[in-house]
Amino acid sequence: MSSTTVKITSLTITEQAVNIVKNSLTKMTNALLLPVIGISIFIFLWSITAQSIHTSLGDFPGPNAVVKQFSSLYLEHKTERKKATEFYQRQEKRNAAKLAKNPDYDAKIRAYTGKETFLDQIVTSLITVTCGFVAAVIIAIPLGIWMGLNKRVNLAVNPIVQVFKPVSPLAWLPLVTMVVSAIYVSDDPMVSKSFLTSMLTVTLCSLWPMVINTSMGVSAINSDLINVSKVLRLGTLTHIKKIVLPASVPMIFTGMRLSFGVAWMVLIAAEMLAQNPGLGKFVWDEFQNGSSDSLARIMAAVVVIGFIGFLLDRAMLQIQRKVSWDKSSVNA
Amino acid sequence: MNNTKITETGNSAQSVFLNISQVDMVFPTPTGGFTALKEVDLQIDKGEFISLIGHSGCGKSTVLNIVAGLYQATKGGILLNNKEVNEPGPERAVVFQNHSLLPWLTCYQNVELAVKQVFNKTMSKGEMKEWIEYNLKLVHMDHAMDKRPDEISGGMKQRIGIARALAMQPEVLLMDEPFGALDALTRAHMQDSLMEIQSELNNTVIMITHDVDEAVLLSDRIVMMTNGPEATIGEILDVKLARPRSRLSLAKDLEYNRLRSEVLTFLYEKQRKVENISSKAVKPPAVVKKRANETN
Repeated sequence: MSSTTVKITSLTITEQAVNIVKNSLTKMTNALLLPVIGISIFIFLWSITAQSIHTSLGDFPGPNAVVKQFSSLYLEHKTERKKATEFYQRQEKRNAAKLAKNPDYDAKIRAYTGKETFLDQIVTSLITVTCGFVAAVIIAIPLGIWMGLNKRVNLAVNPIVQVFKPVSPLAWLPLVTMVVSAIYVSDDPMVSKSFLTSMLTVTLCSLWPMVINTSMGVSAINSDLINVSKVLRLGTLTHIKKIVLPASVPMIFTGMRLSFGVAWMVLIAAEMLAQNPGLGKFVWDEFQNGSSDSLARIMAAVVVIGFIGFLLDRAMLQIQRKVSWDKSSVNA
Repeated sequence: MNNTKITETGNSAQSVFLNISQVDMVFPTPTGGFTALKEVDLQIDKGEFISLIGHSGCGKSTVLNIVAGLYQATKGGILLNNKEVNEPGPERAVVFQNHSLLPWLTCYQNVELAVKQVFNKTMSKGEMKEWIEYNLKLVHMDHAMDKRPDEISGGMKQRIGIARALAMQPEVLLMDEPFGALDALTRAHMQDSLMEIQSELNNTVIMITHDVDEAVLLSDRIVMMTNGPEATIGEILDVKLARPRSRLSLAKDLEYNRLRSEVLTFLYEKQRKVENISSKAVKPPAVVKKRANETN
């Protein structure tokens, strides 16, 4: 009798174990296997179609060619860095020799002026997009809050926002370029004109989603919370700090994520035309270069641009998770 | 028929604590003004517990919002200690129907926001902390001080809302259907808590309610309002039941049941809302009939 009960419990235990394994397996499939299958199918289709597209620069690059370009881009970066260090070492040697001969010699180190590598260009792009985006945040969030708090301001500003929102960066760029070269004149410029042009174009285009979302978030604050603030007689600044900002943080962040996506897309176009030494310039230069590797290198850049855009969005999501009190508003 | 009584009390308005004096409220609408309230006139003594009862849409909340200063009366006005009220302020604390706690602050911080604002100059940091904790203890919520509103139940949220209002040490406590969104058991529990707090602090309270039992159990006077538009005070009922009151022993009390039936008579006979609620008006769709026939 007791042996049968033991059997039954052991059976249920094994059943439970099987269930647990099953559950974790389905979870694994969902999290890993399905994306891997999707990517494999995509790569397969890509390599097949690539082979059948013939361009004046050779066949359209398949996955193999792109992977090869990744490693060669990295190698170029390494050799370029090696050249730079060697250049500085040579200078130091020469300076030391001259100082030994003449102690009054004024030793100078000249900067290395080699061409930027792909990795340098990624860094430049990231710096440019961040600066442009931060400038947009500084303008958009106070403006959005003002619009959300004051219906009249909203009615006055909203048409302008609606008209400028759909404007392509390519339309802004010539104007920004001319304005920057007219106004930003200095013998010893802190940043290059191409950087400023790209950055301002990014700002102009990423402003609007943030303005709209912030003003919507602020104007949609529960009227009960506003009444609480009124009963407590909170001053305007305390009201904004204690009620308005926290209440609209979820919407503000939604706007910021949208804007950052727009900023990254706009940046590539802006860099292409402004010749800011970032990923956009890389793509343009390769296109103009027209070697048999060019298309594969551009395709490599496309993959990198997409991947960085994805990572930036994830980063914003993580910040939003940390800052927002309303966890349900944070969706992937 | 009540006019004579109102003018009588109106004459002695000089010395009353809270005077709601001949208030009219007209809301602008696209088709002209909508008169929600007409000549609402009520005098309240210090320490009195007043219930406002009436059908929904009769302007109870409007009265409360005018006293709170959130609305401005079109005609007439509010005098608190012979001073006119024309903006909101912490001396007329409001407990809102849906608690309206700030969801990003803990319970403690929610009360703290109010205390910091009101006692900024008169209390030290340590005194504030003590005062906040005292008020949370008063509503039996000191165990959940560091929880956020979405981590506690509806009744608990309402307690915090009451603690926040009490912590402002208001001269008048305004409650807009404070227990309307709670289930019956929690509501009974909250009513007992409120009576307990009231016996300790002896606040002046105006409470809106839909619940006849709640009104009779808690109030010193029940103010019954007529239906809108142009709603006004229909009758005022004095509740002279001895305190402390217990809902169990009152259930068999003759006076309690008389008061209860008077309120019910007012609401469902004198001010009956004419709404078509007969089941004949709504016919079930043909499918339902067919199914019923098939099963038969």
